Amino acid sequence: MPLGPMFLGLGRTGVVFLAALAVAAVAVPVLNLAVPPQSAWHVPTTTVVLFGKYLCYALLALSIDLVWGYCGILSLGHGAFFALGGYAIGMHLMREIGSRGVYGNPELPDFMVFLNWKELPWYWYGFDHLWFAVLMVLLVPGLLAFVFGAFAFRSRVTGVYLSIITQAMTFALMLAFFRNDMGFGGNNGLTDFKDVLGIDLQKDSTRAGLFALSALALGAGFLVCRAIVSSKLGKVLVAVRDAESRTRFIGYRVEHYKLFVFTVSAMMAGVAGALYVPQVGIINPSEFAPANSIEAVIWVAVGGRGTLVGAALGAVVVNIGKSWFTGALPELWLFALGGLFVFVTLFLPKGLLGVLRPRAAKPAPALDDEPAVRVSEQRAAE
Amino acid sequence: MTELANSLLYLDGVTVSFDGFRALNNLSLVVGHGEMRAIIGPNGAGKTTMMDVITGKTRPDKGDVLFHGAHDLTRLDEAAIAELGIGRKFQRPTVFESHTVLDNIVLALEGPRGVFSSLFARLTGPQRDRIDEVLDTIRLGERRNELAGSLSHGQKQWLEIGMLLAQDPALLLVDEPAAGMTDAETAETAVLLRRIAETHSVVVVEHDMTFVRDLGVRVTVLHEGSVLAEGSLDQVSADERVIEVYLGR
Amino acid sequence: MSFWTNARRAVLAVSVLLALQAAALADVNTIRARVEALATADFAAKEAIVSELAAMGDATAVPALRAFGDGDLQLRKSDGKVVIAVRDGKLYRASDPITGEDLGEVDRKLLDKIRVNNNLRRAVRAAIGSLTLLSKDPGVRRQAAESVLKSRDPGAIDTLDEAIAAETVPAIRRLLEQAKAAAVLQTDRPEAEKLAAVRVIAERGDQEAKDILAAVAASAEGDVKTAAAKAIALIEQTLAMWAAVQNVWYGLSLGSVLLLAAIGLAITFGVMGVINMAHGEMVMIGAYVTFMVQELIRTSAPWLFDVSLVIALPLAFLTAGAVGVAIERGIIRWLYGRPLETLLATWGLSLILQQAVRSLFGPTNREVGAPSWMSGAFDLGGLTLTYGRVWIIVFAIAVFALLVVVLKRTAFGLQMRAVTQNRRMASSMGIRTTWVDALTFGLGSGVAGVAGVALSQIDNVSPNLGQSYIIDSFMVVVFGGVGNLWGTLVGALTLGVVNKFLEPYAGAVLGKILVLVFIILFIQKRPRGMFALKGRAVES
Repeated sequence: MPLGPMFLGLGRTGVVFLAALAVAAVAVPVLNLAVPPQSAWHVPTTTVVLFGKYLCYALLALSIDLVWGYCGILSLGHGAFFALGGYAIGMHLMREIGSRGVYGNPELPDFMVFLNWKELPWYWYGFDHLWFAVLMVLLVPGLLAFVFGAFAFRSRVTGVYLSIITQAMTFALMLAFFRNDMGFGGNNGLTDFKDVLGIDLQKDSTRAGLFALSALALGAGFLVCRAIVSSKLGKVLVAVRDAESRTRFIGYRVEHYKLFVFTVSAMMAGVAGALYVPQVGIINPSEFAPANSIEAVIWVAVGGRGTLVGAALGAVVVNIGKSWFTGALPELWLFALGGLFVFVTLFLPKGLLGVLRPRAAKPAPALDDEPAVRVSEQRAAE
Repeated sequence: MTELANSLLYLDGVTVSFDGFRALNNLSLVVGHGEMRAIIGPNGAGKTTMMDVITGKTRPDKGDVLFHGAHDLTRLDEAAIAELGIGRKFQRPTVFESHTVLDNIVLALEGPRGVFSSLFARLTGPQRDRIDEVLDTIRLGERRNELAGSLSHGQKQWLEIGMLLAQDPALLLVDEPAAGMTDAETAETAVLLRRIAETHSVVVVEHDMTFVRDLGVRVTVLHEGSVLAEGSLDQVSADERVIEVYLGR
Repeated sequence: MSFWTNARRAVLAVSVLLALQAAALADVNTIRARVEALATADFAAKEAIVSELAAMGDATAVPALRAFGDGDLQLRKSDGKVVIAVRDGKLYRASDPITGEDLGEVDRKLLDKIRVNNNLRRAVRAAIGSLTLLSKDPGVRRQAAESVLKSRDPGAIDTLDEAIAAETVPAIRRLLEQAKAAAVLQTDRPEAEKLAAVRVIAERGDQEAKDILAAVAASAEGDVKTAAAKAIALIEQTLAMWAAVQNVWYGLSLGSVLLLAAIGLAITFGVMGVINMAHGEMVMIGAYVTFMVQELIRTSAPWLFDVSLVIALPLAFLTAGAVGVAIERGIIRWLYGRPLETLLATWGLSLILQQAVRSLFGPTNREVGAPSWMSGAFDLGGLTLTYGRVWIIVFAIAVFALLVVVLKRTAFGLQMRAVTQNRRMASSMGIRTTWVDALTFGLGSGVAGVAGVALSQIDNVSPNLGQSYIIDSFMVVVFGGVGNLWGTLVGALTLGVVNKFLEPYAGAVLGKILVLVFIILFIQKRPRGMFALKGRAVES
């Protein structure tokens, strides 16, 4: 693409996207905090929170696009990494409550007191410190993805089989987190957060700050993804997506590449979850529901997979639609969402971005795992 | 024993069965250093399965597969075998269609294959020269920035050969390189392969007898998973059993 | 069968049954007169009346006698009637001593207790024992024997001896002997007799026997103690064996449910390779068809209720099958060769179908009733089997067998296999491949609908019904081996049994998690399932 020395080789869409994010990160908090509520320019706090949430979803969509759009791994379990990141930060926020809980126990969160637990379980150690929680936000989803991926990719579980077992993974985690014995608040999850680093979470300025932080994280996530996909590694990923066996035969250890990108992606999803939880004020096991993960996949499909910007855009657009529908026509939302799945797969395989910039459209890349190659090799064998 | 020591590729007693069907039956084959060998045989003779065994895609039930007389290929996976220096070209051209011609060559180019070395890889001057050289050889220099998916069938075949050249393996396995090509393209492909064979060992699987004749190399005839005959094309085409297999019983 | 039914009825309503017997009817007035007489008699006369009642040999007197012995037989001052009065909060609840009829609440001050002493109590116990243990009704005798077995009353031994000698029904005699043995073990009779008693109890081999022997092992000494301990060990083995068998049964039952849910998927996913995430919704449609059929029957033809499921089966098959064909024609056929897109589109479809059902029938659970032939239970050895579960297992196997026959023996099955194995060849031989695709998908969906009829009997019929089965179904098919119906059968039953064996140790939820983790690991080891097809075609 003759884009010339465009800003860091990001492409025009990328630059526009980053610029829009930067503007939003500054303007929204300013319009919320500095402009008086009666002004037409004032952005109400509810909107700030809502869009802060969308930015987290966009980061999740970005992480899914990285593995699905560029490496052909359709994960139906990315919601699990998102939720784990959320739980990690939620655990810190629970510790921050200290003795201000209903039971006033300085050592134990309310739900543990309620369950008659006498002491903090070992896996809650360290979450008193924000730095530790942040580390876990990256480490826990990353480790799970690494271990899960190491098994799955080495055994060459691909395509729908991989999708199904990632779905089973998040389902199993959901069941596990519903159990009270797990020590994560069971059904109710973690909630009633008070503050972080001594700053009240309910204050407008905190919410505006979290919005800006989410925008920053999304921008950073975009740059990381961009760096990966434009490197030679990114080219190998696309090669794996389009013709996995062929990539092996020229000497690339496909499983290592998949594992790398899957782990990075899981960590990004974890960060998205960690930013999401303080903004919505709760994390519970329903975040692990397989339906959530699949919904996130459709954001990517709507925006256009393999485009990064499209994935983020798709997440925001679909969720604006969801907020509007569930407010105005709640009983029609599932029809709309379901219809969106069908419509996008049948009529909009390249997503919104594919429609908006047809010149970037590539000649029918087989975006599936590798059936085209398989079929051809099978034929070759006959 | 000397056979083993002098060989580049050494197959002995290789058997592969799928649900009772023996795709390879006690197959033995030796390819020497710098040799070019054509493998012919009717459908179902086991040609592709043999390639699969050599490149690590299929594990044999029994038998030895040795490379350079030392590396046991039955214990290695595809990537390791490729790194040892065995390249493979498929019957149907499989290039990376959503990459440019240039990127296809870059991906195949000899060099470290690790995840992190890929993440930070930058092309060096000599590498660029090598890429230009390969693109010239396969006559796709003009189209280097076009997507591989937009190439014609014959050009894809050539691009795949170009990828093999860039990979620079000691042994090339080439499956029906002339399939679907025009006569002119076929002749040019034969020239190209002969040129490659000057510096590499090559095993060509082919149906097209004219093409095999153009290559002018030693021929191995496979039938029902084992070697039926071996020798020059004239020798094997005079063989009673080969005639029977090819012309029907 | 009739014996057991009689026994159970007798247990539930002794007095009602006896009142219906002509012979007994004549005696009721005499018995009432005797019971009334207790109120005014002195202790000696009372004893005479008790033995008189015992001699009549009519169990009608048993409730009155028992109340007398327990001190609940009282005189109602207002009308001088003898009633059974049991304390109920501040007041007493009165009932007729003969018929058991409820006579309302009575203040304590209005009652006069008919006094009883230890001597009388012993006489009453003996009288009850002989009235029941020697009753003409085998059901009463059986119940009496069981209650002595529980009470282990040594005072009943003489009556038991008499009853054993007179007993003609072998099963009841065995029970009486066990009751006696239990009583003997409470006495200080000679060791030999006690050892024999231990043997008799041990033969029983159930929890009750274990409890009795445990008490003996704790209190007795010497040979009796060791014999009891040995017998306990043996009983524990038997009990463990039955528990295991029961677990297998539960597992098979769960497995058959999984089989029903997964078997349609084995066709659409296993044979056609189509990922249908709306498969669970086909099951749900089947369940709602059942609901509608029952609703229609309830309002216009209630006598058909027992065959409602039989009527629902073909309707569910056709409805779900038609929806399936529509899905294939409308969506899936455009996505062949793009499994991940198929997955997403059908997931969207499942959301639409769920919401459609929610809009039509409401979000709450719908009541689907069980026909009479599916309710109730029966005992088999140490097992209790419910008819509902038995029928579902039978049904699952029948559906499976039918499908195997359809695939292996019919022209349609042959065409279907031809198309999935080599589409182009099949098409060139004149098979209309597009129709085969649509019908195959319809068949898989129809079978899911049929499964819905069965699952409506054991699960909540709600719009979310399908959701709860989709992951399990995929697990079964993948575990069993894609493209292999027998694999699905073995996979479903194995997962069912494993799940039920894990449950006692890990709990239901953790058990399920472990099974999921196991399958995830299993797929790593055998990506193509337990009974994977081998060969070049599936090599890559």
